[in-house]
Amino acid sequence: MLEDLTGKLESVLRNLRGYGKLTEKNIAESLKEIRKALLEADVNYKVVKDFIQSVQDRSVGENVLKSVTPGQMIVKIVNDELIKLLGTSTTQLKSAGIPPSIIMITGLQGSGKTTFCAKLASFLQSRGRKPLLAALDVYRPAAIQQLRVLGESLKVPVYDEGIGDPVKIGFNAVSDARRKLCDTVILDTAGRLHIDEQMMRELVNVKNRVRPHEILFVADGMTGQDAVNTAKEFAEKLDYDGVVLTKMDGDTRGGAALSIRAVTGKPIKFIGTGEKADAIEQFHPDRMASRILGMGDVVSLVEKAQSSYDEEKAQKLEERLRRNEFTLEDFYDQLQQIKKMGSLESILGMIPGIGNQIRNAKVDPKAFTRTEAIINSMTLQERQQPSVLNGSRRKRIASGSGTRVQDVNQLIKQYDQMKKMIKQLKGKSLKGMRGMPFMA
Amino acid sequence: MFGKIKSGLTKTREGVFSKINRLVTGKRKIDEELLEELEELLISGDVGVETSIHILDNIRTRVKKEKYQTSEELDSLILDEVKRLLDFDPLNLPPTKPCVILVVGVNGTGKTTSIAKLTNYYKKQGKTVLLAAADTFRAAAIEQLVTWGERLDTDVIKHHANSDPAAVVFDACSAALSRKTDVLIIDTAGRLHTKVNLMSELEKIYRIIQRQIPDAPHETILVIDAGNGQNAINQAKEFIKASKANSIFLTKLDGTAKGGVVLGIKRELGIPVRYIGVGEKADDMELFDPVEFVEGLFEKK
Repeated sequence: MLEDLTGKLESVLRNLRGYGKLTEKNIAESLKEIRKALLEADVNYKVVKDFIQSVQDRSVGENVLKSVTPGQMIVKIVNDELIKLLGTSTTQLKSAGIPPSIIMITGLQGSGKTTFCAKLASFLQSRGRKPLLAALDVYRPAAIQQLRVLGESLKVPVYDEGIGDPVKIGFNAVSDARRKLCDTVILDTAGRLHIDEQMMRELVNVKNRVRPHEILFVADGMTGQDAVNTAKEFAEKLDYDGVVLTKMDGDTRGGAALSIRAVTGKPIKFIGTGEKADAIEQFHPDRMASRILGMGDVVSLVEKAQSSYDEEKAQKLEERLRRNEFTLEDFYDQLQQIKKMGSLESILGMIPGIGNQIRNAKVDPKAFTRTEAIINSMTLQERQQPSVLNGSRRKRIASGSGTRVQDVNQLIKQYDQMKKMIKQLKGKSLKGMRGMPFMA
Repeated sequence: MFGKIKSGLTKTREGVFSKINRLVTGKRKIDEELLEELEELLISGDVGVETSIHILDNIRTRVKKEKYQTSEELDSLILDEVKRLLDFDPLNLPPTKPCVILVVGVNGTGKTTSIAKLTNYYKKQGKTVLLAAADTFRAAAIEQLVTWGERLDTDVIKHHANSDPAAVVFDACSAALSRKTDVLIIDTAGRLHTKVNLMSELEKIYRIIQRQIPDAPHETILVIDAGNGQNAINQAKEFIKASKANSIFLTKLDGTAKGGVVLGIKRELGIPVRYIGVGEKADDMELFDPVEFVEGLFEKK
């Protein structure tokens, strides 16, 4: 996510950091590069113009040029301005004093509203809430069916009346939620163009009659310059409370995130990072800014690790590591822990400094599966004592796991390297490594 | 029918290119300032930095060489450059039956709706059409295609949700062969071009089609949302790699989005826009004609 933008800014800023002294010419050139990087990342033209202007204004001040590390100063200015653009604090969903809270989801066609509704329901569920989904998209063929299927898979009730009046459906859904003792109603509205006045009026009617506590505008993270027009138009008509950016798991540079926030002033509340119901993240602007600047996002990484971390297992592992008894079984356990944390790319993207090199190397999710298969094809003895693995055993394992002997060799090599690394670490505090699989 | 397309395009025309009109009709000399304004307009239309620079460089050279001076002359220059970028050779569909069209793209670009439009287009020419519901992943995607099939009186080959899409494609190819259908259109699941496993699934679908009908698919249409920015270039790159995409269906041109990124795709990857979508109904489609399109964009009101 945002990786290309990050990569480009990183290299520009790295150059700047290198200079002992900066001239106005250095600064102008770097700003030109930053401008290009932002434009290629689909940040709106006007937003970029303002951004560059304010960085420039702050950079040419005497204080910067005379400071000991002018390069660092500029990096700091860019960082500050970026955070200013993205907003500084994480914004929570509003809720009603008396349940149910009503959340209305709006956006253009194909931005991912229905999928997001399901994700939001699952997100609320995991926080102990009881959501109800309401199908107000009566236009797109099979949209209601789609919501029903998603609701069923999450075991969340879905209210629909087939093809009908969205205002009435919304209204009745709230009563239905009260009956079913649900504390949140999520209204899935039909996709519409911001210039379609009739359809926009329908949304306004739903808003006035059903009175949602929170209106979210869902935008495709891959949107280009037009993001600003649609976001502004929806804001004028509906005055929504927050923005959701979807499809952020691709290689989009996500400039829309910057533009929408800058133009409407509305906070980004969630980002969608996959097709499954749990692929939803709360948006943290400060973390995002440092991720964009290539400073990594350690906070999110630690949070992810913690949520999937098994205290007991980690303690056992730590003991065994102290006795230098790291076996292939531990290796396997660590793999499982990482898998629980989410996709490998998203994890790597959060590690400071590492981003750039790995960013371009595509991580093949199948590599994980292969490694698992190889270890699964070993006997208990082989896993605990990898030294017994001779040629014929390796051949057997390869054919058993559907891989090649080279793959098995490679895995064993990796394992040996890790063992060596752990040996070096011994004596240093292992405590810091806890719950941080592979972070040795 | 054409009138509707024009009105759908009006929004586009009111965007960048009419601004160019206004820009160039004022009596001004062609200078760097004017060209910079032009760059701003191109970039605001999602044309992209590289492609805008490319267009401007060409214009600069020609201004110098052919001694253009006033801004009015710039009008025809821009028209010329953009038109040249968009030019393409027509696609010759095979004389043998069936003609297989594979439709691919990222999530939410409007693949299924575009398929309905293509179905309508071929049916109006008196051809028989068969649809394959190979999007077995997204909830209710099959139902969506079936609903369109009913509306357009067209058969849909389908399996259950979450079944193997390659198997659906295999059955659809066999059915099209035995029924001697004119056109077989295959709907695939939306997939982000960065998901390695989903892209290899698409490669598999492509191989299955080829095995059943040797020279197929005759056309692979990449559906692109006009609202997309520069990321669409990456999308095109990957879909060309996995499924040899050779046409673009540019959707949602009835909004304010300009779809300028197709200029960059054509310039860098060589695949042209052949169809445009300007609404949600089955007949809201028009074949893309670069000359007409550009002239329409520059039309003075």
